Amino acid sequence: MGYCEAEDDRIIFVTKEDHEAPSKAELIADDPNDPYEEQGLILPNGDINWNCPCLGGMASGPCGSQFKEAFSCFHYSKEEVKGSECIDHFSSMQECMQKYPDLYPQEEENASQTESSSVPGSDNSAMLSENDSSPSAALDSVSPTDNQTLSSS
Amino acid sequence: MLTSRAVCRKLAPLIRTSSTVCRQNVRRAGLNNARIPACVPAAHMSTGPLGGGGDNLKYALLVGAAFVGGITYAVITLKGDQRRYETRLSEISTRRQRSATPVQTEPPAVEATTTEAVSEPKLEAAPSPEEPRPPPEVAAAPSETSPQPPADSTPAPPQLPSHAPYLLIGGGTASFAAARSIRARDPGAKVLIVTDEPDLPYMRPPLSKELWFSDDPSVTETLRFKQWNGKERSIYFQPPSFYIDPEHLTGAENGGVAVLVNKKVVHMDVRGNKVKLDDGTEISYEKCLIATGGVPRNLQVIERAGEEVMKRTSLFRKIEDFKSLENVSRKAESITIIGGGFLGSELACALGRKAAESGLEVVQMFPEKGNMGKVLPEYLSNWTTEKVKKEGVKVITEALVKSVSYRDDKLEIQLKDGRLVKTDHIVAAVGLEPNVDLAKSAGLEVDSDFGGYRVNAELQARSNIWVAGDAACFYDIRLGRRRVEHHDHAVVSGRLAGENMTGASKPYWHQSMFWSDLGPDVGYEAIGIVDSSLPTVGVFAKATAKDTPKAATEKSGTGIRSESETEDTAASPVASAAPAPAVENKDEYGKGVIFYLRDKVVVGIILWNVFNRMPIARKIIKDGEEHADLNEVAKLFNIHED
Repeated sequence: MGYCEAEDDRIIFVTKEDHEAPSKAELIADDPNDPYEEQGLILPNGDINWNCPCLGGMASGPCGSQFKEAFSCFHYSKEEVKGSECIDHFSSMQECMQKYPDLYPQEEENASQTESSSVPGSDNSAMLSENDSSPSAALDSVSPTDNQTLSSS
Repeated sequence: MLTSRAVCRKLAPLIRTSSTVCRQNVRRAGLNNARIPACVPAAHMSTGPLGGGGDNLKYALLVGAAFVGGITYAVITLKGDQRRYETRLSEISTRRQRSATPVQTEPPAVEATTTEAVSEPKLEAAPSPEEPRPPPEVAAAPSETSPQPPADSTPAPPQLPSHAPYLLIGGGTASFAAARSIRARDPGAKVLIVTDEPDLPYMRPPLSKELWFSDDPSVTETLRFKQWNGKERSIYFQPPSFYIDPEHLTGAENGGVAVLVNKKVVHMDVRGNKVKLDDGTEISYEKCLIATGGVPRNLQVIERAGEEVMKRTSLFRKIEDFKSLENVSRKAESITIIGGGFLGSELACALGRKAAESGLEVVQMFPEKGNMGKVLPEYLSNWTTEKVKKEGVKVITEALVKSVSYRDDKLEIQLKDGRLVKTDHIVAAVGLEPNVDLAKSAGLEVDSDFGGYRVNAELQARSNIWVAGDAACFYDIRLGRRRVEHHDHAVVSGRLAGENMTGASKPYWHQSMFWSDLGPDVGYEAIGIVDSSLPTVGVFAKATAKDTPKAATEKSGTGIRSESETEDTAASPVASAAPAPAVENKDEYGKGVIFYLRDKVVVGIILWNVFNRMPIARKIIKDGEEHADLNEVAKLFNIHED
C-alpha cells in the first residue's frame, strides 16, 4: 500500500484559559455491571477477581493456590481485626513463597497481607496493561506508570 | 481388573444359551462367532427333507459334535487370551518400574484400557473377545510407548507430556498473558506453552528501547533494564522458577505453566484435537491457543542481492537479533536502518544515542515524508523527524531502494531517485508477516485484508481454538475487523483468550493502547485506529505563556474555527490569520491531543506528551459518539496540567 496524503489535518492551539470552562462534551454513563468491561479487584457480586492485572502473578504462580486461600479468607473475614482467623493460611502462603525467593522477593511479604497489595507483583506484573482498567483502590501506587510501566515498561 | 476365570464364568451361561438358541434360531443377533456356520447347517437340516429315526440320531450327533467343538474352541481361545493378557500386564508393570520419571497417569491409563477391553467380552460370545481386546491394548501400547523410553538399560530421557489440557502455541507476550489468565481462573490448570525460540517468554519493547539505554556493559547477557520509575527488571516476564518442567506438568498437583522451548508445532489436527511437533511428538489438547506472532519482513531487493549483502543485513524481533545488532553497533562504522515506522525509528534513535560516544554513523531511510509517516499527521511527522535528526540520525526521506550491492567491503544502497548510500550494515524494519503456518493443516481461515488467522470478536477460530496477539485478525465490535501488532494488544488479547478458554464469553472490548518514545522530547501514547490517512484534529497547549504575535493570532483562531472553514484548507493547518505555517514553530507541538476521525466519530487518539490520561481516551473511543466540537472533548484531558 502506498503512502497517502492526509486528507484533513486540523490544528487548534489552546491556552490554559481557553480550557478553563468545563467541557461541554457529553460522555455516556458507564454501567458498573457491564460484563464486557475489565473488572477491578472486586467483582460486582463481591467475589475476588483473580485475573485482575493488579494482582500480577500472585494468583497464577506456584504459590497461587495458597495465595487464593489466604486472600479469600481475609476478604470474607468478618472479624473485628480483619483476617485475624486467617493466620494459618498466610503462614502456609509465606512458607510457599520462601521456596521461590526470586519470584517473591522477601521484602514484599508484608504487602501480600494487605488487601491493597498488588504491588508485590509490581515487577512481575509490570508487563500487564493494568492500571488504566482497574478502578480498585489498590492500584493507585501502580497505576501512574500506565503504559510506560506496562509492558516493558 | 477381571481375571480370565471371572470372564469365563460370565461367559459360560452366555455360551450355553447361545448354543441353545442357535439350535432353535439361526438369526440371533450378536453372535458373530465360529459357531454360526455350525448352527446353520443344523437348522437347515432340521427343515430339510430328511426323515426317519436314523437321521434324527445323525442329526443329534452332528449338533452335539458341533456344540462340543464350539465349546472346546472357546475354552482354548480364552485360555490363550488369559495367558497373553497376563504376559502383557507383567510387561507393562516391569516397564513402569524401569521408567525413570514418575508418570502417575500411566497406571490409570493402563487400567482404563484393559478394563475397557475386558468388559467387551461380556457382550459378545467366547471367541470374539479376542478381537476387541487386542486392539484396545494395541492402541494403548503405542500411546504408552511413545512417551516411554525405548531401552531398559539407558536412563529415560525427559518425557514430554502427550496431553495438555491447555496448549498454547507460541511463547511470546500473548501466550504468557493467556497462561496467567488461565491459571488465575482455573485453579490447578495445567498449561503447556510450546515455543520454537530458545527463550522463556519475554517482552519485546525494551529490545528496541530501554536495553539500548542501559549503562551496564553486560546488558546483552543480563537483559535487564531500568523502568521509568527507576526500578530494574528483566525482560523475561518471570524467572525460570515460575515455570514447571514439561515432564512434571501432567503430575503436578496444583497444575502450573510449563514451557517447551526449541520445539515447533508443524501440524495441527483440529478434528483429532492434537498437534504434532517438529520432532514427531504428538500432543493432544482440550483447549488450544495459537499465538505464533510473526516474522519480520525483508525487502525483496535485499533478498535478491546475494549472500554478501544478506550477511550484512539483519532483521529485528528476537533477543538474538538484539544481541547481534548490539555487537554490530560496536564494530561497524555505519549502520543504515530501512523503515520509518515504530521499530525503525526507535532503533534509529537508540543507535543514534549510542553513536554520540562511538562515532558510529546512523542512517535511517524510508519512502514516507517523515518518521511515523503512516501514523502521525504530516505536521507532527515532520516535527518528529526533526527530533530524530537531533538524536544524531541521518534521516533520508522519500527513499525508495532500487538495489543493494556489496563493493569494496561496503554495502551500496542505490535509491530510485539516484542517491547512493554507502554503509556497513543494514537493519530492515519494514513490517511483520503474521505467522499462519498452521492454517493449512488445521484448516483455519486466513484474512486476506490484514493477514493473520481470522477469528471472531471473542478471538475464537474454532470451538476450542483461539488466536491472540500479532497473528490474530479479530473483529473489534467498536472499530471493526483489524489486526494489531502492539505489545499491549498482545497482553489484552492474550488475557481475553485465556478468559474465554476458561469459560468466559467476552468479546474484545477493553481497547489496547501503544506508546513510543523517540528521544527525550517525544513521548506519546495512543489508542485505537491511528492511521495518518484519516482526518485528524489536533489540540495543542501553548508551549510558553509568552504572548507573541503569532500566539495572539492563533488564540483568536481557537474555538472559532468551524468545520466548514477548515474543510477548504487541505494540507495547511493554521487558520487564515497566521502568515506562516505552524510547522515552522517547532515548539508549538509540545503537548496535545490528536483525534483521528472516521465518519465523524473518534476512532483513534494520540496523547502527545501528556500522560496518565489513557482512561479518558479509552472512554471516548468506547462511546463512539459524534462530537460536534472536539475542542470540548479535548478539555477533558486537561492538557495544560502535568
